[in-house]
Amino acid sequence: MSEITAEQVAHLANLARIALTDEEIGHLTTELGQIMHAVEKVSEVATPDVPPTSHPIPMQNVFRDDVVGTTVLTADEALAGAPESDDSRFKVSAILGEEQ
Amino acid sequence: MSDELIRLSAAALGEKLAAGEVSSVEATRAHLDRIAAVDGAVHAFLHVEGERAIETAAEIDRRRAAGAPLGPLAGVPIAIKDVLVTKGMPSTSGSRILEGWIPPYDATPVTKVREAGMIPLGKTNMDEFAMGSSTEHSAYGPTHNPWDLDRIPGGSGGGSAASVAAFEAPLALGSDTGGSIRQPAHVTGTVGVKPTYGAVSRYGSIALASSLDQIGPVTRTVLDAALLHDVIAGHDPLDSTSIPEAWPSMADAVRRADVSGLRIGVIKELDGEGFQAGVRQRFHESLELLEKNGAEIVEVSAPHFEYSIAAYYLILPAEASSNLAKFDSVRFGLRVTPEGGGTVEQVMSATREAGFGPEVKRRIILGTYALSAGYYDAYYGSAQKVRTLVQRDFDAAFANVDVLASPTAPTTAFKFGEKLADPVSMYLNDIATIPANLAGVPGISLPSGLAPEDGLPVGIQFLAPAREDARLYNVGAALEQLLEARWGGPLLAQAPDLSAHELTATEEGAL
Amino acid sequence: MARAELMDFDKALELFEPVIGLEVHVELNTTTKMFSSAPNPANSQFHGAEPNTLITPVCLGLPGSLPVVNGDAVKYSISLGLALGCEIAPSSRFARKNYFYPDLAKNYQISQYDEPIAFDGEVEVELENGRVFTVPIERAHMEEDAGKLTHVGGSTGRIQGAEYSLVDYNRAGVPLVEIVTRPIFGGEADTPALAKAYVATIRDIVLSLGISEARMERGNLRCDANVSLRPRGQEKLGTRTETKNVNSMRSVERAVRYEIQRQAAILAGGGTIIQETRHWHEDTGATSAGRPKSDADDYRYFPEPDLLPVVPSKELVDELRAALPEAPAARRRRLKSEWGFSDDEFQIVANSGMLNELAETVAAGATPAAARKWWTGEIARLANAADVDASGLVSPEHVAELAQLVDSGTLTDRLARQVLEGVIAGEGSPQQVVDARGLAVVSDDGALIAAIDEALASQPDVLAKIRDGKVQAAGAVIGAVMKAMQGKADAARVRELVLERAQA
Repeated sequence: MSEITAEQVAHLANLARIALTDEEIGHLTTELGQIMHAVEKVSEVATPDVPPTSHPIPMQNVFRDDVVGTTVLTADEALAGAPESDDSRFKVSAILGEEQ
Repeated sequence: MSDELIRLSAAALGEKLAAGEVSSVEATRAHLDRIAAVDGAVHAFLHVEGERAIETAAEIDRRRAAGAPLGPLAGVPIAIKDVLVTKGMPSTSGSRILEGWIPPYDATPVTKVREAGMIPLGKTNMDEFAMGSSTEHSAYGPTHNPWDLDRIPGGSGGGSAASVAAFEAPLALGSDTGGSIRQPAHVTGTVGVKPTYGAVSRYGSIALASSLDQIGPVTRTVLDAALLHDVIAGHDPLDSTSIPEAWPSMADAVRRADVSGLRIGVIKELDGEGFQAGVRQRFHESLELLEKNGAEIVEVSAPHFEYSIAAYYLILPAEASSNLAKFDSVRFGLRVTPEGGGTVEQVMSATREAGFGPEVKRRIILGTYALSAGYYDAYYGSAQKVRTLVQRDFDAAFANVDVLASPTAPTTAFKFGEKLADPVSMYLNDIATIPANLAGVPGISLPSGLAPEDGLPVGIQFLAPAREDARLYNVGAALEQLLEARWGGPLLAQAPDLSAHELTATEEGAL
Repeated sequence: MARAELMDFDKALELFEPVIGLEVHVELNTTTKMFSSAPNPANSQFHGAEPNTLITPVCLGLPGSLPVVNGDAVKYSISLGLALGCEIAPSSRFARKNYFYPDLAKNYQISQYDEPIAFDGEVEVELENGRVFTVPIERAHMEEDAGKLTHVGGSTGRIQGAEYSLVDYNRAGVPLVEIVTRPIFGGEADTPALAKAYVATIRDIVLSLGISEARMERGNLRCDANVSLRPRGQEKLGTRTETKNVNSMRSVERAVRYEIQRQAAILAGGGTIIQETRHWHEDTGATSAGRPKSDADDYRYFPEPDLLPVVPSKELVDELRAALPEAPAARRRRLKSEWGFSDDEFQIVANSGMLNELAETVAAGATPAAARKWWTGEIARLANAADVDASGLVSPEHVAELAQLVDSGTLTDRLARQVLEGVIAGEGSPQQVVDARGLAVVSDDGALIAAIDEALASQPDVLAKIRDGKVQAAGAVIGAVMKAMQGKADAARVRELVLERAQA
């Protein structure tokens, strides 16, 4: 279908927020090519007349009542696992990009 | 006494507890002693509860003494795969990125196990985020197969399977996304069940691939699996994909096991090339035994199963790439700041680079690719269509037979490192187990013997239509009974004695 | 930031045709969040909660947590879709929109992509000048809000120059409906006003449905405005910009106007418009360049595997349709006719934003004329002086009561204004203020006669003039009596009695 380039892998790593090393990008470019070659065979039988399946057990309209639940955490519980917090909020370094 | 206690099945231990012949504290202590003795060599556990487990056991003993109504597994110790979050117990999913994280809540299956009075012994090792078939991808070092410590215990749930096979726990919880319960059962001579998708709540299971993941029992006997299944199954309003209908008792299905008139379909695509001779031999011997006892064996074809692995390795990475995005160093887990500081974007990227192992990175990149603009239809979209075709294969087969059968995996346990360098060959290990996850149908693996060529355990897999999990327990229990009669006892009785390894126990990562 | 060159608005309109598209996010006021049973801060009972206290494992995206759809949020969304004249999808799905940002707990947003709950609608929008537009709606879909970032350090409190940021996830998971219009043509010089009127109409709709508090200053209602220009006579649409962070009705109008003028200057100067996100700055009244749209916007949408399709039954949709309140435009037409107002009278009321207050006041028993007089007169004046919202000053019930007290003769207009001040000061209902302050008109003739007799006696020359038939001389006595009564008398009645007593 398509050859995968190191530039593509670097772009994917950026999308996935993983600071891959050049060496890793090199390995992954090769491996991804092999894996994609192996999995491309899905297109052999995925003809337009076949509907896609997202859920193995078809169900629909699963809703919850609009009532406050029992799983509400305290601020202390919420922040307990945080690498850094300040003033009951999670602390992160300066942000480069803007909100989406 | 202690060795006798750890070799009891969970059902038998439950009966002794109920009869007052033994206390839960004694039983729990026996298992903790066993863990202390052999887990240095096996490395099934990432975390052991120790005295806290004893306290929990003492509480159950008190409740029993006070005459409280308790279930059949009350007071029985259990090991929990580290993929399930446990309040107050570390939960890492085998990853460095979650090292030291203590969740503020329990997964629903853990809640149910606690409510049933069972005693959590600790958390078991697994491939990082359940990505793997060998536990070699655990960030905390591999688990060793109790049958041969140089070999893999299967994966991703190698820790749960090995803990049960090494008599460190009578039973355990596992998770199965493409075979992570059944394939370890196959290579360790134990029993593993992947219930129907939605039978057991996924709430609190650290998601790998949401549409494939399912929690299930890991045990030494079919009855134990059924008893645990009865504890953990049932509707959970916290999981939208949880099946709302009530379930029949799986334990009853075991007790009424009878294969006369049962139609068993042998999937011809999973009975030939690529399967080790000893694996096929034990598989066919089991079928003959069933046939002699009244079952009817029919060959069926599932022409689209050959596309299963390809579809699976698109769907799983795609869903996983999104599920694992939450590991970003902001709310929990590891934070790695680049030298000299950095923006939050750089901190996230550095954390994920340092916190994820190579297999996780590989699958995240693969999944990101499969979902990216311009490729969705060809990859993820096509894989979802293959899913439909695999379901149709199952529908067609189950129109003619009650259950399907195949070997659980193509080979016996391989040696460490054997397939690590070749991801595609590692992925082929899941060929027989993946179709059930794609279609959501339930599957069981139970021991069918030892492969003559290497003396290692081999499993047989049965699959049933969605919501017909009880059929697995029927056929599984019947076959187990027939085989054990032939072997003169459980297969695990033939496993090597691990006490020879006790002296090396402190060598490797005992926690 | 350097202020961009702007072209004169009329000149810009001469050269270019403005085309806009509006995206409005509505925060629903359900009790709990979209996918979690945590309390919803967009519901008034949870306003002002401490940071990170309206949180479950789901809001934090804790490992293992799973979303479950709030059934009421779905019903609210369907109602809104119906009120926008949309089709309701027989089956709709949630999808994951994948991107990393620290306010997004899971680093994906659960939204809807190719199968929104509602699509293909239209909304009638009436401008302040009375012009009526039909705005085409492309879709309305359900999604979840993100958390809130506070940027610390640096001089501006903005993202640029900040040393670090703090995240509060209380808002994470608040139910949102995003309403997206199709491109809106033909607004011409009214385009900025149309944008404002459209947002005001959406606000009126969600308020009448009771599904949102719709306070723009609180972020319950947020508008992103897409603006593009095309040279007169050109078929092809121009490149658009998307202006975000427009947090008031007035800003919507100003931001659209600004972008028209800015883009016109660039295009007329031979430049090109960059497709980008821009930010509106209330203080400077200008937009600034933000993130360019690029390949990096690869959101990798896919169906949310943790959630199942939403398949509303025909019965449910019919039931919600039957319960819909009257559309704002239709309601205006009806009220205008019922109240018998002239075009100008009605427009003043409509533009004052006090239509609801008037309607409620009339419903509480006041005449339309009296209700209009009070709301657009004295109450508006007091609200203006105090720089507050008139609707928050006094309740329609109290205004109606006040009007009735005037009608019945208990109060004069002058007294009524004093009573209103008392009501606003929190002294109780108009009747309670009248009682407490003793402000009612003195209707006891005995007290009046005593005062009149005293006044006549002290001014014999005036009495003589009255008796001579010089009736206008009575004014001096009436003034003295009113003063003696401290204004609490009906002047007409006093006059009658003065004339009567003078002849006695």
